[in-house]
Amino acid sequence: MRTVSLNVGFMPLVDAAPLVIARELGFAEEEGLDLSLQGAPSWSTLRDRLALGQIEAAHMLSPVPIAMALGLGGMATRFDALCVLSINGNVIGVSREMAQDLKANGARLDFLDATTTGQALSSLNKDIRIGVPFPFSMHAELLYYWLDSIGLPSPQGLDVRTIPPPLMSQAIAAGEIDAFCVGEPWGSIAVENGHGELILPGQSIWQFAPEKVLAVRHDWAEAEQDLTGRLMRAVWKAGRWLGDPTKLSTIAEVLSWPEYLGVSAEIIERALSGQMVISQRGETRRVPRMIGFFEGAASFPWKSQAAWIGNRMATRFGLDRVQAAKAASDVFRSDLYRKHLASTGAEMPGASQKVEGAISVPTPVASKAGTLILQPDRFFNGAIFDSSQTS
Amino acid sequence: MLHCSKPSGPPRHLALVSYRANKRGKNRAVPESLSIIIVEQDKDRAEAIVDSILETGAHEIRVLSEPTGLARFVAEFDPDIVLVDVANPSRDTLEELALASSPLDRPVAMFVDRSDDSLTKAAIDAGVSAYVVDGLRADRIKPVMDAAIARFHVFQRMRTELEATKRALEERKIIDRAKGIVMRNRGIGEDEAYALIRKTAMDQGKKLVDVAQALVTAAELLS
Repeated sequence: MRTVSLNVGFMPLVDAAPLVIARELGFAEEEGLDLSLQGAPSWSTLRDRLALGQIEAAHMLSPVPIAMALGLGGMATRFDALCVLSINGNVIGVSREMAQDLKANGARLDFLDATTTGQALSSLNKDIRIGVPFPFSMHAELLYYWLDSIGLPSPQGLDVRTIPPPLMSQAIAAGEIDAFCVGEPWGSIAVENGHGELILPGQSIWQFAPEKVLAVRHDWAEAEQDLTGRLMRAVWKAGRWLGDPTKLSTIAEVLSWPEYLGVSAEIIERALSGQMVISQRGETRRVPRMIGFFEGAASFPWKSQAAWIGNRMATRFGLDRVQAAKAASDVFRSDLYRKHLASTGAEMPGASQKVEGAISVPTPVASKAGTLILQPDRFFNGAIFDSSQTS
Repeated sequence: MLHCSKPSGPPRHLALVSYRANKRGKNRAVPESLSIIIVEQDKDRAEAIVDSILETGAHEIRVLSEPTGLARFVAEFDPDIVLVDVANPSRDTLEELALASSPLDRPVAMFVDRSDDSLTKAAIDAGVSAYVVDGLRADRIKPVMDAAIARFHVFQRMRTELEATKRALEERKIIDRAKGIVMRNRGIGEDEAYALIRKTAMDQGKKLVDVAQALVTAAELLS
């Protein structure tokens, strides 16, 4: 097999790990790929580089290719999500001032309980400025879902702003925002710098949220089927390796290199181990499934996950919800996943859709090998989303 | 809906410089002139961009040097075009503006002109991204974009040159140290030491600087 070079873009986040590990641990090499990993300064630049063909694949916020399919935002190129790179991995934090307000207001925060934390924020009766990394992001979706469901006293008092992840800590220090939802390690960095305190992990809003995907141009996936398959297998093998709990310190070490995150391995390891330090006083909380790469067929791109994102965006931007859910489902290529990963031993669910939010304990389901155990995927408010019933 | 906060006067902390091409009244009234915002922290670079663009027409240009409050600022000044370095992380803030407008506002800001892919590509290649008010005719955007692209190419070349110079200096330092080590250990002259390192590199098919680095590392370990 001739070695082929592929340019792959990423943002400096813990969930870029499958791409970094595919390169550094030789999984890409096994597939005859030389991955040239290129850090991007912003999500829009990463998207544009992919759309314009400067890179072949990208670490991408799961809602971005869906937004493009719905005609939202700049750039209309069609992207495919070949697989999910990571599940969960975000944290919500507040400024020290807001943390004090919450305490003064008598809030007893349980770090894993989205309902009580949401109500505590709501009962502050204040306008809240929240930073998210991008208008189309799981961060924005989770926030709107959470706060809509809790019911803010004045929804127009919610001001959601776009701030690139590495600048989140600075923005909260400068008083530009009162709260943030951001991917690790940037929440922990805000804690470390003494600018913010963490109040809720993203997984407490949705237990199994598809956070990042491996995105390529639709035309490229069609024209370069062999390369697409090789890339998917390399990334899947990296994900399997990442799922081994004995590898935590190695992963943290590699990610900490200056060409990737350039952040200390100790801070990176917090999300990987689920041992989050939530304030500068050193309080820690154990978060189950803080971030996931493998367990429960984590990388399988469920059509129903895409439909949920499409449905939420359609509601927010006033689009037709049935059409949006359909267009979104087409972006998540479970068909290519089944085709290109057939030889790897990857768990293949019997169906490509599930009722999102219906699983509350690890549940065995029908799969090709008969051993797939799906992980909890509940929404905090107990709602379920059945994409076959979208109307 | 996503929205940015209501404009309430220019934010105080913004470092803002305005440039007018001429002094005769408000340029927006002149059909050829565009209102342009440039997001650029480096003062010299900003001035170079402004000069290039002013050669294409009597535009009204504002330079924003602080990325904070960018969304508010753009909403306030309602420009025709916003130019920002592709490498500037604050670019993502501008994406929000594509969604921020209500139907009554001026049409949304878009990434360059969707109809002109080659212009978009040229811009990204050069390292500049542009947000343009929807509906602005391509022939009005093009001269400005061409000027900006040409200017950003110059910046890129300068950056590459700077890096190459820095690398060359680094390499020379390493080679000098390696030469010193060889001279001391073998009691030979500078030219001879250099020739020996070069010969070793050629024999092993390695770069001169790599062999020199190996020597320096080995010497550090053994000292």
